[in-house]
Amino acid sequence: MVEQALSDMKILDLSWYIAGPYCAKYFADFGADVLKIEKPGGGDPARGMGPFYKDDPHPEKSGTFLLLNTNKKGITLNLKSSTGKKIFKELVKDADMVVESFRPHVMPSLGLSYQELEKINPKLVMVSISNFGQTGPYREYLSSELVLNGMGHAMYGCGLADREPAKLGGTILEFQSGTVAAQIAMVAFYAARYQGVSQHVDVSIMETELGSVDRRHPMLVISQYWGEKTSRGELTAGMGFPFGTFPCKDGFFGLAGGMAWFGRTCNAIGVPELAGDPYWDGPSQFNMERRDEFYARYWYPWVTEHTKRECFVACQDAGVLCAPLNTVEDLFWEPHFEKRDYWIEVDHPYTGKLKYPGHLIKSEETPWLMRRRAPLLGEHNAEIYSELGYSKQDMVRLRELDVI
Amino acid sequence: MARAKLPLDGIRVLDTCVVWAGPYAAQLLSDWGAEVIHVESIQRHVDMTRGMVGFKITKDFAATLGPLIGGFPNRDPKDTPQNRSGMFNSYHRNRLSCTMDLNSPKGVEIFKRLIEKSDIFIENNLTDTMKKHGIGYEALKEIKPDIIMISMPGFGNTGPFAYYRALGAHLENYSGHSMLRGYRDTDPSVTTTTYHCDASAGATLAFTAIMALHHRNRTGKGQWIDIGQIETIIPQLGQAVMDYSMNSRVQETLGNRHTSAAPHECYQCKGDDRWLNISVFTDEQWQGLCRAMGNPEWTKDKQFAAALSRHQNQDELNKHMREWTIQHDHYELFHLLQKEGVPSGPVMDDDDCYSDLHLIERGYFNWITHRDTGTFLHPGIAGKMSKMPNNIRRAAPCMGEHNEYVYKEVIGASDEEYDELVREQHIGDTWLAFA
Repeated sequence: MVEQALSDMKILDLSWYIAGPYCAKYFADFGADVLKIEKPGGGDPARGMGPFYKDDPHPEKSGTFLLLNTNKKGITLNLKSSTGKKIFKELVKDADMVVESFRPHVMPSLGLSYQELEKINPKLVMVSISNFGQTGPYREYLSSELVLNGMGHAMYGCGLADREPAKLGGTILEFQSGTVAAQIAMVAFYAARYQGVSQHVDVSIMETELGSVDRRHPMLVISQYWGEKTSRGELTAGMGFPFGTFPCKDGFFGLAGGMAWFGRTCNAIGVPELAGDPYWDGPSQFNMERRDEFYARYWYPWVTEHTKRECFVACQDAGVLCAPLNTVEDLFWEPHFEKRDYWIEVDHPYTGKLKYPGHLIKSEETPWLMRRRAPLLGEHNAEIYSELGYSKQDMVRLRELDVI
Repeated sequence: MARAKLPLDGIRVLDTCVVWAGPYAAQLLSDWGAEVIHVESIQRHVDMTRGMVGFKITKDFAATLGPLIGGFPNRDPKDTPQNRSGMFNSYHRNRLSCTMDLNSPKGVEIFKRLIEKSDIFIENNLTDTMKKHGIGYEALKEIKPDIIMISMPGFGNTGPFAYYRALGAHLENYSGHSMLRGYRDTDPSVTTTTYHCDASAGATLAFTAIMALHHRNRTGKGQWIDIGQIETIIPQLGQAVMDYSMNSRVQETLGNRHTSAAPHECYQCKGDDRWLNISVFTDEQWQGLCRAMGNPEWTKDKQFAAALSRHQNQDELNKHMREWTIQHDHYELFHLLQKEGVPSGPVMDDDDCYSDLHLIERGYFNWITHRDTGTFLHPGIAGKMSKMPNNIRRAAPCMGEHNEYVYKEVIGASDEEYDELVREQHIGDTWLAFA
C-alpha cells in the first residue's frame, strides 16, 4: 500500500451534518485512520439529506453523506449509555484527535469534555466545531447555511441595492468552514506532535467566514478606512472595463478585462488600436460614461456574437482573466479535468459505481487517495469491537442494550 | 520580549503570492506562528495585490476606484499607496515583507540564499512563472533538497487550461457555482461578483503545507505540490455535483430558498435596509416560530399545517412573514426566535459585526496599529486553541519593511552588500515607477 502523509494518525470523528465530516474527510483522504462514530438507529443526519441516488430517500443513498465520509470506517455507539462512554474512552486512549460538531453543552454533559478526555490521553487534540463557538452568548444558538450567510459571510453586500441580500449557492459555506477547520486542526496536530502541546480547539463556523477573503474580511477593514458601510451592488464599479458577467450568444461569460488587462482584451476582440489610447485606457478606465460607450460600441457587439466557449478561448489566448458560466455538468465532461485525472469512480453496494470529485491536490510524495467508500451504518462494528476485545456474544449484548 | 509559544514556531515560509488565494493561505500560516516572508518587487507592479492600478494616482482619481482596488483610508492614497490598500492590509497581517528583483540574476541569487534558510515556498502565479524566473522546484531542490514548494494557479499546473488565467470569480463561473446562486428571477449578469474560490483554495493550500511539513519531518523528504484552485471548490458544491453524478440532474439556483424547508428566506425588518434570515426545517421549529409571532390566525390555515404544504405554499407564507418582520428590529427577532428554537440570524452589516456582543465577548476583533494608516479593528484569527494565544501579532507590512532583517539577519548579507543593493535601487520601499 502506498504510504500517505497522514497514515500515522488516528482520528475519532463524532461529527455530523457537513462542516465536521468535511474537516475529518481532509485527513481521511490523505491517509489518516478515521473512525466515524454514529448514533445507533439513524446515524449521521446527513444520511437523511439529499440528493439521493435515484431520488430514493434511503440512509445509504444520500449523496451528501457518501461524498463527505469517504475513506472513513464507521461504527455505531451510543454515547449516552455508560457502556458506550466506557468504550469511547477506550478508543480515545490511542487516538491523536477527536473531531466533534455538537452544540457546546453536549460533550461536557456526556462527561466527555476535553478536560476529561485529556486525563485518559494527554496527547489528544480535540477539535470542536460549532455554529458560534464554545463560548459567548450565542453558543447554543441554532444556525443554517442561510443564517451563516447573513452572520458570517458578506451576504449584506450580495445582491441588488433595492432588493433582499442573496446567499451563495448550496451549502458551500458549511463546506468551507470544514476546510478552514481542517487547516486549524492540522496546525493543532502539528503543535501536539512537534511542540509537545496538545489542546482543545474551538472553531466557530461564523468566525471562519468573518475572516474570509471573499470580501468580508477586506470590506470590514475598508468600511472603517472609508467611514462607510459596505452596500450591495457596488463592487463591480471602479474595477475598470470590461468587468463582470455578460450575456453572450449561448449563455453568460465573465471576465476581468480592464485596467492593466485592457490592452489584452482589445487584442482578443479585434480592436488592438484602442489599447494605450488615453480616451479608453489608463485613468479613463474608471470613467463610467466611457465604460458605457465602450460597451455599446465594442464590447456588446463582440460578446453577443460569440458563444461562451469562443469568448473563453479568445480572451484566454490573449491573456485575459475570464471564464464561461458553466453548470456542474460541464465539469464532468471537460477534458482538462480528465487530463488531470480529477474525477474518480467509487463503487458502493447501494449505488453502484459513481463519479466523485477526486484528487484535491497533485503530489507524488503525499498523494490524495480513494482507499474506501463511505461506510454503511455500523459497517465496521465487528472489526473494531473485536479489536477492543469484545466477543461476538458481547456484541449481541451491546446491541440488546442499545449501545451499538 | 519573548512571546508565547505558537504551533508553527520555527517554521519559515516564503511567499510570492498574488491577489487573494495565495495570500489567504500565507495568512493562515502566519496567524499560527510561521515566519512568512512576502517576497515582492519594486521594479514590477503586480495588479490587485497591493491593491491599486499600476500608475501614480491623485486623491481625486482615487475617489473613482472601487473599494477592493482603491480602499485607502479616507480614500486618500497619499504618497504611499502601496502601504495604504485596505485589501492588502486586511489579510497580510502577521507577515514580513522584503523586496528583490526576480527578473535579474542578482535577485534570483538572493532568493536562492533565502530558500536555503526556509522550509516552505508557496505561490499562486500563472503556471511556470517561477520556472521562468529560474526559481522553479528543480532549481530550488538543488540548493535545498528538502524544500516544500506548492504552486497553485487557477486551473492547476497541467492539462489544457494550465496556462489559463482567472480570478476566484471566474473559477466560480467555471465550476458552476455562479449558476447556483443569485436571485431566482434574474439572470446571472446582475449577480454580485464573489470570490469564494480564493477562500477554498487558500485554506486547502495552508492545510497541504502543514501536511507536507509533517511528511518532511517523518521522512526527510521535501516535494513539489500542484494545486488547481478550481479543484478545491468543486467538492464544496457537493449536493449539485452528486445530484448530477447520481441522477444526471442539473441543479439551478434556489435564491435564498431551500429544497424542502419553508419558511426559508431573507425577510426585511424595521429600519434602513435591515434583514433577517429564518430557516424552518421541522414542525417543532414551525411551532416555535408561530409562538414567537403570537400564534396569529393565518398560521392555523391548513395550507401551512405540514412541512410539505408549507414548502408548496411558501409564496403565500412569505407574504405573511414579511408583514410580521417589517414591524420589528432584526436583532430583536433574532433573539426572540432563537429563544423559541428557530434557526435565524440578522444579515449583519459592518457596524453590526463590530457591535455584536457575542463577537465582543469572544474577543474576535483585534485592534491593530499600522505604521502608515493608523489604528483599526481587524477580524481576528479563526479558531481558538486552549493553550496557545490567537491574537494578531503585527499589522500588514509596508513594502520592504523587513528588508534589513531578511537581508542581514536571515541570509547574512554584510552592511556593505546591503547598502549597495539600496544604492543601486535593487531593493527599496516603493515602486520605482512611483518614486
